[in-house]
Amino acid sequence: MSTSIKSIIISEIQRVAADEEKALSPLTDDLVLLECGLDSLAIAILVARLEETLNLDPFTDSDDIYYPVTLGDFIRVYEEAERTR
Amino acid sequence: MKKPKEHADSIRESLIDSPDCGSRFLWSARNTVSLSEALLGTSLGGRASELAGRSVLIATRDQLEAARVLIELDGSARRLIICPPDVSPVDIPGIVEQAEVDAVVLDISLLTEKRWREALESSVRLNRIPEIVPIASLVAAAKLAKMDPLVTEWVLLTSGTSGAPKMVVHSFATLTAAIREAPQQDGNIVWGTFYDIRRYGGLQIFLRALLGTGSLVLSDAVETLTDHLLRLSLHSVTHLTGTPSHWRRALMNPMASVIAPRYARLSGEIVDQGILNMLHVFYPDAAIGHAFASTEAGVAFEVTDGLEGFPADFVGRHGGVDIKIEDNSLRIRSARTATHFLGTDKSTLRDSEGFVDTGDIVERRGNRYFFLGRRSGVINVGGLKVHPEEIEVLLNGHPAVQISCVRPQRNPITGSLVVADVVLKSGRDFEEDHAELKDDILKACRERLPRHKVPAVLNFVPALNLSAAGKMTRHNA
Repeated sequence: MSTSIKSIIISEIQRVAADEEKALSPLTDDLVLLECGLDSLAIAILVARLEETLNLDPFTDSDDIYYPVTLGDFIRVYEEAERTR
Repeated sequence: MKKPKEHADSIRESLIDSPDCGSRFLWSARNTVSLSEALLGTSLGGRASELAGRSVLIATRDQLEAARVLIELDGSARRLIICPPDVSPVDIPGIVEQAEVDAVVLDISLLTEKRWREALESSVRLNRIPEIVPIASLVAAAKLAKMDPLVTEWVLLTSGTSGAPKMVVHSFATLTAAIREAPQQDGNIVWGTFYDIRRYGGLQIFLRALLGTGSLVLSDAVETLTDHLLRLSLHSVTHLTGTPSHWRRALMNPMASVIAPRYARLSGEIVDQGILNMLHVFYPDAAIGHAFASTEAGVAFEVTDGLEGFPADFVGRHGGVDIKIEDNSLRIRSARTATHFLGTDKSTLRDSEGFVDTGDIVERRGNRYFFLGRRSGVINVGGLKVHPEEIEVLLNGHPAVQISCVRPQRNPITGSLVVADVVLKSGRDFEEDHAELKDDILKACRERLPRHKVPAVLNFVPALNLSAAGKMTRHNA
């Protein structure tokens, strides 16, 4: 299950990068999200697209949101949201 | 004996008696200027006296250069028109015409840019011949020519519905009223702001630093956020301000932990509970406040109870400001509002009772008001304004599109994103082959619009929601 969320997120990142004409760094878990090649607008778009694809919006569904620093953190937020859905 | 004035009329007047200007600084990514250097020096090659009494447009790449020119010319120029960083040279001839600009202060990088040269040449063709004054790169000691002090008009540019910027007129008195009324803060204060000081929010922080006892760390468009946070840490920033989007971006940066502000302030966008909670967790020792302010309405109030929205008992009179809600929108009357619009914009800023309609829609729930969005439908994407009509016109021009509605969608990173609902022309089934068509429509948008205006999500819908009055409803909580 978790691998599928991760692969959906990775492919969504690649799609946004292609649309926004951004070059991506190699997508490792400890890569700092804002240094992956997507700026904050592109990450905002990624979150909106993931809400459509996964039907998950982990950042606004809770008041106690947690800001992900690395790509690994970002993926974990979605995995956690899926688990507690 | 001359009665001392209640308050200064210019930056110069308020700084001149301040004893510590030599040890207070403006820091940019590339340069440092002490306030006494800025006050006694010149960045205009000593030509400030030539600009006395004139209407001067200030356009620079760098914020520090704009700051130096503002300090040098406030109180001697008749009018200062401050260009924000994203002003389009295309709009310059119109601004020159309407603001009766007769001198333009430019830095070297804009002076050598083709689009700016062309814009200024077309101003000449319109029979307006502004004199171009280049900014010198070094601060030399100025020969202080005796100049008659006057009260300078400050003109700020905000994005208007028609595309051309709106010119909003303030004075030193309106811009600093909220600062004078706030309790004086003691101690060593270092201000930092993610805003640009050439917009209202950043200008407030610039003036707060100058009028108080502090120094200021300026942001720089060419600097990465990581470098900016490191520089804020190097100067031990104590008071830091930005939009919720600025703060969210900062908290996602590993360097957010190298700063320890005593005071964190948010404004310029709707503040949600999530970002307030997160700031409390991140900076447990900091006082956290969110302010409502706009270029037109000035600083209206600050909320310090850690909750989103604002207490209902602010309505009436709060902290020297009259606040009312009419037609669901927030209206402000105070000594801090702008005085009028400049140029052909005939819309009135204040109603017959002196209130400025902020255009921000609020809703009361219990003892609190919450912000819902803008009446005009303007979408705020990470602090950048988007007028939905501009995008709808483009979408409606696509051969497959019957009609469209552009609306905001809440987003945890940028506050809002642009979303478009599109009705296709009859004969087109909105369920079929939509992926290819979507790509084609979005491609047309990407070619013609800046990135933040391109719809992040495009939906094909069978029909649009219309209000009882037959207007499209763009509101979407």
